[in-house]
Amino acid sequence: MKKLIAIASVGGHWVQLLRLRPAFLDFNVIYVSTHKNLKETVNDKTFYLVTDANRWDKIKLLICFWEVLKIMVKEKPDAVITTGAAPGLCGIIIARFIGIKSIWVDSIANVEELSLSGKIALKFANKVYTQWPEVSDSKVLYFGNVLS
Amino acid sequence: MIFLTIGTQEPFDRLIKTVDNLAGQYKNYRFVAQVNSSKYEIKNMEYFDFISPHEFDHIFKESKLIISHAGMGTIISALTNKKPLIIMPRLANLGEHRNDHQIATAKKIKELGYVYVALDEAELAANINNLLTQSEIPIKKEIGSFASEKLTSSIRNYLDEI
Repeated sequence: MKKLIAIASVGGHWVQLLRLRPAFLDFNVIYVSTHKNLKETVNDKTFYLVTDANRWDKIKLLICFWEVLKIMVKEKPDAVITTGAAPGLCGIIIARFIGIKSIWVDSIANVEELSLSGKIALKFANKVYTQWPEVSDSKVLYFGNVLS
Repeated sequence: MIFLTIGTQEPFDRLIKTVDNLAGQYKNYRFVAQVNSSKYEIKNMEYFDFISPHEFDHIFKESKLIISHAGMGTIISALTNKKPLIIMPRLANLGEHRNDHQIATAKKIKELGYVYVALDEAELAANINNLLTQSEIPIKKEIGSFASEKLTSSIRNYLDEI
């Protein structure tokens, strides 16, 4: 079975990632998040914990990048999907350099424009989705949202 | 039970203080709060920092009303659990968030009528006073367990090409 790494930070990002699960049915999914308690929400799946980071804390960002890199080297996934934020962006960038497919789904919280991480993801990801029609353009896809 | 949750990000003392004051007025209700790194000293509510997702679910389901920041995690949990929720957005200039996207989120959620929305403390207090006069607070909308089929099948089709 092909392997998919699914990454999301704790909170709304994680809740949105889990709502995309019908898209992952053909994959062995490996979850990555930033709070240890979230393992219990995907109890039959492999779960990795990484350091939470944001762009104001460069050291944590580097640690987070390193941790995501180690997971991807070990697991050798066929694709990466994320709903954000920083750890997901690390996964997208690494996916580009190791030559695997990646998907960025921008959080539904970004109703007026793509998140800053999403704008960076545009340069590295194969597919970028927004959840609002007003935000979509030739490069940013809109196919509905996580509320249904 | 009335449950206040501020999510997993920065402190949000403006919201905590407003709800704590209300808790002082409504002694007949048990107010429970999930807060983090709060400087405000809570007087009228039980509170904790982070609990497990299962415990969180339990409190959520037992509550008559949920009060929270405009975070999508809580909004989605309320919609899927069919619980009435009122949200108030965090403001960046008060150090409550890194940017003001919660205002835009809150306005959009209000426009689409998903949950109750208050943009500031006065509106929040007035709304909660109004909601608590009802024996059962109606929910505004409910949703299913997963994202729209259009979105998941688009992602699935792309993943299947790999």
